[in-house]
Amino acid sequence: MKNKVGFFQKDSTRSVISSLIAIAIGLLVGFIIMLISQPDNALQGISILLTGGFRDGMSSLGNVLYLAVPVMMTGLSVAFAYKMGEFNIGVPGQYVVGAFVGLYVGIKWTFLPNSIAWLVAILLGGIAGAIWAFVPGILKAKCNVNVVISGIMMNYVGLLLVIQGVKSWLYESTGAQSQVISGARAIPNAGLDVIFPDSSANFGFIIACLLCVLAWVIMNKTTFGYELKATGFNKDAAKYAGMNETKNIILALVLAGFFAGCGGAIAYLGGTGKALQISEVLPAEGFNGIPVALLGLSNPIGCIFASLFIAYVNVGGSFVQNIFPIEIVDIITGVIVYFASFTLFIKLMFARRDAKREAKREAEELKARGGEQS
Amino acid sequence: MSLVYFLFAQTLLFAIPLMIVALGGMFSERSGVVNLALEGIMIIGGFSGIFFMHYMQQNDIMHGMPLLFCALLVSAIAGLLFSLLHAFAAINLRADQTISGTALNLMAPAIGIFIAKAVQDGVQNISFTNEFRITKVPVLGDIPVLGDLLFKNCYVTTFLAIGILLLSGYFLLKTKTGLHIRACGENPQAADAAGISVYKTRYLGVILSGVLGGMGGLIYIIPISTEFTCSVDGYGFLALAVLIFGNYSPWRIAFAAFFFGFTKTLAYTYNSVPFLAAMKLSDTVYKLIPYIATLILLSFTSKNSAAPKADGIPYDKSQR
Repeated sequence: MKNKVGFFQKDSTRSVISSLIAIAIGLLVGFIIMLISQPDNALQGISILLTGGFRDGMSSLGNVLYLAVPVMMTGLSVAFAYKMGEFNIGVPGQYVVGAFVGLYVGIKWTFLPNSIAWLVAILLGGIAGAIWAFVPGILKAKCNVNVVISGIMMNYVGLLLVIQGVKSWLYESTGAQSQVISGARAIPNAGLDVIFPDSSANFGFIIACLLCVLAWVIMNKTTFGYELKATGFNKDAAKYAGMNETKNIILALVLAGFFAGCGGAIAYLGGTGKALQISEVLPAEGFNGIPVALLGLSNPIGCIFASLFIAYVNVGGSFVQNIFPIEIVDIITGVIVYFASFTLFIKLMFARRDAKREAKREAEELKARGGEQS
Repeated sequence: MSLVYFLFAQTLLFAIPLMIVALGGMFSERSGVVNLALEGIMIIGGFSGIFFMHYMQQNDIMHGMPLLFCALLVSAIAGLLFSLLHAFAAINLRADQTISGTALNLMAPAIGIFIAKAVQDGVQNISFTNEFRITKVPVLGDIPVLGDLLFKNCYVTTFLAIGILLLSGYFLLKTKTGLHIRACGENPQAADAAGISVYKTRYLGVILSGVLGGMGGLIYIIPISTEFTCSVDGYGFLALAVLIFGNYSPWRIAFAAFFFGFTKTLAYTYNSVPFLAAMKLSDTVYKLIPYIATLILLSFTSKNSAAPKADGIPYDKSQR
C-alpha cells in the first residue's frame, strides 16, 4: 500500500507539471500574437494580463472568485462525465436550464423565507440540470445514441424552452431580458463582501468549492466512483467484472448535469443583476467549462484551480481591453487546451503502463487468494 | 405552388451548408479521426472568405461569379490549413481528438474577431454585399416546375454542393483511395499491413474535412446575412449531428441534411404555411421540432450505427 500512495503522488505532480507547461506555451503564444499586432504595447499588455487579478487589490481578486464559479461548475460537470469516458457537450443546456429553474424559484416562490429560498433554488436548479442530462444518458444506455449528438440537441431544446419560459413568466420588458434576483433573496455574501470589498464575490464560491469536494469524494471514496473510473479506463473489462454499465452511464451523466445545473442557479442567484437573455445563443459559461475540465485534468479539485486560473486571466483581459481585443484571452485558452491534449496523451501512456502492471499484480493477488479458498 | 417553391428554396439555404460540412466530417471520421472541430473550421473558412470578399468589394477589384469562386477557394485553403492543426495533434501526436477539436473550436472565433478588430480599428463585424443570387438561369429556368424549383432565385453554390455530393460518394465508395480511407477507419492495423500509409490516409481525411468545412462556412453565411460576426450559430455541431444521423454514408447524409433543413425551415416560415399558421401554436414549438425529431429518429436508428470501428482511436504502429 505504501508504494501505491507514493506512485499516485508522483502522478499528480506529473499532471500539474504537464498542465503548467501547456499554460506557459499558451501565454507565450499570446505574447507572440501581441508582439505581431502591436510590438510597442506587447510587453505592457502581457504584464497587465498576468497581474490583472491583483490590479485593484482585493476587489479584483473577489471578482476572480465570482467569475470562477460558473466555469468551475460546468468544468466539474464535464470532468465528471469525462472520467466515465463520455464527453458531456450538453453542459450549456444543463447550465441554462438550471439557471432558469433557480431564478424562477428564487423570484416566484415567495412562500419560501429569504433565508432558505436561495438554497432550495440552487438544489432545484441542480435537479433540473440532472433531468436534462438524464435524457442523453438514457438514450445512450437504451438506444446507443451518441452522447455528443443528443447533448447538442438537448442544448438547443433547453435554450429554446428557457427563452419561452422567460418570456412567459420572468419577462422584464424594459431590458428585454429576464427579471433579476433581488438582493434580499440572493445568495448571502457570508462575509466575503468584507474580505473582498467592491466585488461580486458571494457565498456561491464556497458552495461551488464544496460541490467540487463532494464530487472528489464520490469519485475517489465510493464504489460508484471506482466503477465509474473503471468503466472509463476499459469498458469491456468493467462489464466483465460485473459492473452495470447502463446504470453507471446514466448516473454519471445525471450527476454531471446536477453540477452544471447548480452552477447555472448559483451564477444567476448571486444578486449581481445577472439576467437570462432571450437571444438564441448558448451561454458561453457552458462551453468554457470544457477547457476548465481539461486543464484541471478531469479532477474535481483540479477544476477549482483551473477555473480560478481562467477567471484570473479573464479579469486581466478586461483590463487589457483598451490596448488589445479581449479575444486574446480566448486565443490563449484555446492554445493551452490544444497543448494540454498532447500532455494528456503522455500521461495516458504512463497510466496504461501502470494499469497493466496493476492488473498483473491484482491478478496474482487474486490467484493467491483463490488458492487459499480452494 | 409558389409556397412549395418558397419552402424548397428556404430548405436549401439550411440544408446545403449542413450537407457540405457533414460530408467533410464524413471523410475525417471514415479515416478514423473524430472531428469535433467542424464548427471552428467553418468559422475560419467563413471568416477568410468574407474577409477576402470585403476587401475585393471595397476596392472594386473583383465582382460577381469570379469573386465568389475566388472567395470559396480562399475559404477552402483557410479551412485546410486550420484542420492541419487538428491532424497534426490527432495523427502525429496521438492526442485526444475530442480535446484538440475543442481547442480549435475555442480558438477559431477568437482568432477571427481578434484579426477583424485589429484590422478594422476595433470593429468586430465584417460587412459584405451579397451579389451572387441568380434570378434566373437562362434556358434551364424555363423548364416547367423544375425550373422554378431549382433554377430561379438560386445560388450557384447549390449546384456546386450537389456536385460535391456526387463526387464524394463516388470518391469514398468507388475509388481506391476511398477504399483506403474506409480501411483506415475500420481496421488501421490491417490497412497498414496491406501497405497503406495510415498516417497519410488520415491526413487526407482530415484535410478534406477542412476544405469542405471551410467552404461550408462561407456558403452558410452568404445568403443569410450582410456581415460576418465570426459565428456560424452552432452549424458545425449540427453538421456533426447530421453526419451521425446520416450514418456516415454520403447519400444518407444528404437525406439527413434535407430533413433537418426542412424541419428548420418550418420553424421560421410556419406563418406563411396556411394550415400551420391556423394552429396558433407558439413559435417555440416549431423551433423545437428539428432537435426533438432528430433525437427521436436517432433513438430508433442508433442501434445499427455504422460508426467506423477505429474512429477516434489514434493509430499506434506498435500495436499491430
